[in-house]
Amino acid sequence: MAVLYRINSIALGLMLAFIAFAVPVNAQQPTLKIDVTGGVIEPVPFAIPVFIAENSASTAIANNITRVIAEDLISTGLFREIPKAAHISGVSNFNAPVQFADWRAINSQALIVGAVSSSGGRLTVKFRLWDVFAQAPMGDGVQLSGSPENWRRIAHKVADAVYSRLTGETGYFDSKIVFVSETGPKNDRRKRLAIMDYDGAGLTYLTSDENLVLAPRFSPNNRDILYTSYETGVPRVYLMNVDTLQRRVFTNLPGMGFAPRFSPDGGKIVMSISERGNTDIYTVNLSSGQRTRLTSGPAINTAPSYSPDGKQIVFESDRGGSQQIYIMSANGGDAKRISFGNGSYATPVWSPRSDLIAFTKIVSGRFHIGVMRVDGTQERLLTASFLDEAPTWSPNGRVLMFFRVSSGAKGAPQIYSVDITGRNLHKVPTPTFASDPAWSGLLK
Amino acid sequence: MKYLIKTAAVLMLLVTAACTSTTGGLFGGGSDIRGAGIGSIDETSLEYFEAAIGSTVLFEVNQSSLSGSSIATLNAQAGWLNANPTMSILIEGHADERGTREYNIALGSKRASSVRDYLVSQGVADARISIVSYGKERPIAVCSNTSCWSQNRRAVTIVNGGMGV
Repeated sequence: MAVLYRINSIALGLMLAFIAFAVPVNAQQPTLKIDVTGGVIEPVPFAIPVFIAENSASTAIANNITRVIAEDLISTGLFREIPKAAHISGVSNFNAPVQFADWRAINSQALIVGAVSSSGGRLTVKFRLWDVFAQAPMGDGVQLSGSPENWRRIAHKVADAVYSRLTGETGYFDSKIVFVSETGPKNDRRKRLAIMDYDGAGLTYLTSDENLVLAPRFSPNNRDILYTSYETGVPRVYLMNVDTLQRRVFTNLPGMGFAPRFSPDGGKIVMSISERGNTDIYTVNLSSGQRTRLTSGPAINTAPSYSPDGKQIVFESDRGGSQQIYIMSANGGDAKRISFGNGSYATPVWSPRSDLIAFTKIVSGRFHIGVMRVDGTQERLLTASFLDEAPTWSPNGRVLMFFRVSSGAKGAPQIYSVDITGRNLHKVPTPTFASDPAWSGLLK
Repeated sequence: MKYLIKTAAVLMLLVTAACTSTTGGLFGGGSDIRGAGIGSIDETSLEYFEAAIGSTVLFEVNQSSLSGSSIATLNAQAGWLNANPTMSILIEGHADERGTREYNIALGSKRASSVRDYLVSQGVADARISIVSYGKERPIAVCSNTSCWSQNRRAVTIVNGGMGV
C-alpha cells in the first residue's frame, strides 16, 4: 500500500512513516469516539498487549515502548488500561486476525496491537488501533522508525496517533517542558534551567545554579528558549539554543528586562522593561534589534502573550487599580479589559487553539488557575491552593501545566498538570523542586 | 515605635564601642585602645550604616509609597550619604510571596525606585544610586503569614553594593 505521510526529523535521527496496511474487508465503520471537551467521566477501557518483538534484540525495548504508550494514554484520564493478566487471547503475530470476541469479553473498547524490530542501529515500530465493538480498524496501520535511543519519542508518537484517532484532537505526548529546577532552603533558593519530556523523562540541565534564572519560554520551532537571568546583577532577557546552549543577551535594552515570549512567527520578542520603576511592554525585533514600546503610563504592564495569529497581545496591568487582564493590538495602542470577576488576575496566556485565555487568579487569599474565553466570558477556575501560578498550554490546548507552591517555612514549588475540564489534576515528576514550566509545541 | 528601636540600636552600638575602647574589653588586653568614649566610632563605616541608620524600609501590600517611619530612615540614610559623598548605593526592591512572579519584579522595581526618588529629593546625587528588583525571589523571612510577608515587602539600601540600573 501507499506511504501516506513521511516526516523527517534529521536532528534527532527519527524517521516516521505512516503506512497503510491492508485491513479486513468485513469490517464495520469504527464508532469509538472520545469527547475530550467535558462529557467523559468514565475512562474508556483499552488493551495494549506487549508489542511483539520481531527479533530477540528488540524484546526489552518492546516492553518499554508498550509501557510508555500505556502510561501516556492513562495519564490523560480519558483512558483506562485493562490489565494484561485479564487478556484472554494473546497476539503472537502482527498480521494475525484479531479475536474480537476475546477482547469484547473483557470490555476492551480499543485494542492497540504493535510490533518492534531492531537491526542495524535502526528501530522500527508498527501498530494498528482497533475499535473492538465495531470490529474495525481505526485509521491505517502506522510504521515509525528511528535510532534506538529515541525509543521514547517513538512511543510518544504512537500514543499521540492513538489519542488523535480516539479523540479527534491532535496529541501532546511528543513534547518537551522547559522549567526552573529549584534546590535549597526558601531563603537561599538556587535555580537553574532544565528541560525534560512532558512526562518528566530525560531531564537535562541547561544552566548551572550560579545565577538566578526565571521563566523560560520556547520559540515556535522549539529549538530556542527565552528566559530571564540575573547574571549581570539585574534581570535581563537571554535567548538560548537548547541544542548548542549558545546564548544571546539583549545588551542594548535599558533597565531591567523580564517576562519575554516569542511572537508566533518567531521574529520578535514581547517582554517587559522596567525603567526608573515603571514597567511597560515592548517588542524587540530579533533581526534588527529594533525596540517598540507598546504600553505607557505609570501602571505596571507585564506578562504579555501573543494570540496564535500574532495580531493581538494579552497582558496584565494594574492601570485600573488592581491586576487585570487586557488585550491590545500587537502594535500597541488602546487596550480592552477582559477580566471583571472578584480578585485580581495575572499571567494570561493565549491558547494555541485561539479560543481561551489561561490565567492566574488571586482572590480571598487563594490562588487559582483558570480559563476564560477571549472576550472574558465563561470564566472557569480549574484549581485552588495556597499558591498556584503561571499556566502553560499543551500543544493541543486541552491541558495546562502550572506550578503549585506549598505554604510555610519549608514551602516549595512543584509542577502540576490539569485538564481544561478541571479534571485529572496530577503532579509532574521532577527530581527537585520545580517552577515556571513552559510547554513546547508538538515536536516534529 | 520603629524610631525608638533605631535609637536603641544606636545607643547599644555606642555603649559597646565605649566599653571596648575604655576598658580594653573583658580580657583586659587594652593594646588596641585608640581613644576614649564615642569618638572611636567610625561613622563612615558600613557597620554604622547598617546598625545605626538602618538599611531597610518596609511597604504595605501591593504598595510602593513610603510610610512615616520609612521616611525617617531614609532621612538618616540621606544624611549619611551626603556626609559620605564617595559612597554609592544599590537599592534592592523586594516583594512578598503572595503575588505572581512578573508582577512582583515590577512591584519591587517600583519600591526601589520610590526609595531612590526620595533620596534624590534629599540631595543625594542620582548618579550615585542604582536599583534592582528581586520580586519574590529573595525572602528574608520564610513563614507564610503576615509576620513574615511584612518583613519581605522591603527595599534594602546596600552601600557600595553590586550592579543595578
